[in-house]
Amino acid sequence: MHKDNVFKYLTINSVYLWLILFSICPLTLVVICSFLQHTPDQLFVWKFTLANYKTLLTPIYLKVFWRSLQLAFWVTVLCLIIGYPFAYFLTQLPSKIKGLMALFVIIPFWTSSLLRSYAIITIIQAHGLLNTFLIKIGVIDQPLQLLYTNTAVIIGLVYNLLPFVVLPLFSNMEKLDRRLIDAARDLGANGPTTFLRIILPLTKSGIYSAIMLTFLPAMTLFYIPDLLGGAKSLLLGNVIQTQFLSAENWPLGSALSLTLTVVMSLLLWFYFRSTPRSEREAL
Amino acid sequence: MNDNIIEIRHVSKSFGGQQVLFDISLTIQRGEFLTLLGPSGCGKTTLLRLLSGFEKPESGEIFIDGKNMAQVPANQRHVNTVFQSYALFPHMTVLENVAFGLRCQKIPTEEIIPRVMNILATVRLEKFADRKPESLSGGQQQRVAIARALVNRPLVLLLDEPMSALDYRLRKNMQIELKALQRKLGITFICVTHDQEEALAMSDRVAIMEHGEVMQVGTPREVYEEPSNITVAEFVGEANFLKTKILEASAESLHVEIEGKALRLTNRRHITQDQKVVTLVRPEDLKVWSINEVTNTEIITMYQATVEEVVYKGSTVDLIVRLNSGTKLLASEFFDEDDENLEYKIGETVWVEWYPGWEVVLPELPEELQE
Repeated sequence: MHKDNVFKYLTINSVYLWLILFSICPLTLVVICSFLQHTPDQLFVWKFTLANYKTLLTPIYLKVFWRSLQLAFWVTVLCLIIGYPFAYFLTQLPSKIKGLMALFVIIPFWTSSLLRSYAIITIIQAHGLLNTFLIKIGVIDQPLQLLYTNTAVIIGLVYNLLPFVVLPLFSNMEKLDRRLIDAARDLGANGPTTFLRIILPLTKSGIYSAIMLTFLPAMTLFYIPDLLGGAKSLLLGNVIQTQFLSAENWPLGSALSLTLTVVMSLLLWFYFRSTPRSEREAL
Repeated sequence: MNDNIIEIRHVSKSFGGQQVLFDISLTIQRGEFLTLLGPSGCGKTTLLRLLSGFEKPESGEIFIDGKNMAQVPANQRHVNTVFQSYALFPHMTVLENVAFGLRCQKIPTEEIIPRVMNILATVRLEKFADRKPESLSGGQQQRVAIARALVNRPLVLLLDEPMSALDYRLRKNMQIELKALQRKLGITFICVTHDQEEALAMSDRVAIMEHGEVMQVGTPREVYEEPSNITVAEFVGEANFLKTKILEASAESLHVEIEGKALRLTNRRHITQDQKVVTLVRPEDLKVWSINEVTNTEIITMYQATVEEVVYKGSTVDLIVRLNSGTKLLASEFFDEDDENLEYKIGETVWVEWYPGWEVVLPELPEELQE
């Protein structure tokens, strides 16, 4: 009897242990670190300062932040434009093929994302597959300079993040009642009206999940801008990585990470406020 | 002006190689309440979806208000549907749901609101205008679905199993309300159901469907009392079938042997000498007498039988009796001044009779389409 209680107590509270160990502790460390001073010869010095956050407010960092936001925005928009119709198309398939097709969406992700980014290089480089093909069929005379441009970064990010758009939207659309579309048509709605007033609002929570799963990673997947964008494309993820690994300025890196976390929290807050409990997707 | 609001001419339809509708022809009059009645899989819902425009007929034509609907998509037909589980838009309030159709027609907002409130008042839901469908009861949701369809003033209202999600008592009430609403508005209602009681209670005419064909169309009384074949008789109400042999058939009279007894009947259905027939008698038309109640056993429609089961139903007592010839019959006995104590013992020998003329002689094989 007594032993049972101990077991129950331990089981239930192990959740808190996990939270403390893997979430609260690291976060607290980052918060503390972000208010510490940095000297060139030490990772951090135990003195309180707001200097790191003031540094973030200098034009150079604001510009990086702004650029990252812009890029993440376009990547998310592109992912949605490609992923939304694709997810809808998946739901329309006969149920036998549906599962298989969803699996095909996931399979590439059993290969490391880093390797796949290298693969993209071989496709889009000056004498890569894409250019060779386009020149062969006579669309262009000169190879397109894609590699080491923002376009390359966007291609890489969209490719890497597409499943995170397709899968939540797919599971959301699966639950969409086909009869509601019939009902809308019956009441005189044409295609665009049915889409805008019925399908879109009812898949809203799927879209929010998709945005959250793409927007933040798009700002922080540092190796993709590194590989595909060259040195020109300096994004938030790259800056954080540089601060921690090359510049060894942990306080500034922490301040950057924390700012990003706050942005993410704001997004989450927006999501929870705009979506009733019943419509929320498990994230 | 044409009195037929809908004309269905030789319509056939199949899904994936399986034919679900066979050469259906049916006319529906302006302002009538017609019910498509049949077991699940008989094609009644498909027929409804052909009318609403969600499906296209393979062959044949559908005319609504005199116009051929072949090229008219669902969203351009003056027909609205009350869906089986209502299909209310969950993200909209009751008001927005009902206003949806009018908005699609680009009617100005100042005109939409009074029309919506008016129809909500008709279905007694004006207090619920700002609620979401999920917070309403099943009966209220159904009334929203009806209001959402009717606000568009359709030529025809289609109802797909409208009562199936309601409990028994509510269903009874809604049957009466729906009929009253239809009478008040004068709109043609076409209702699909598998519940024969519902069909008989609400409709002006009932079309009985089976295996993708219309078996019989008629008033509830016609289909119940004068079913055109065994399938219809079996589907509408309880039915007893008595073994029947034709001894002689003429234009006016039938000389038959029913369960071993020779009878002379009038030939109301042009039965011919060589047809195989059965005789239908409804359970409530059977009268059961105790042995000592019967003095004249020479009555031609009187048969001796044994009680096999007694089921007390409140207003009736249902008896399952077996004729000496072996045929099992169901008889519903009402409590009335003649029979205050309907007490029968299992195994008791009784006399069973019906009033001559209340029997219906039916061909054994279903006839070809009646219309």
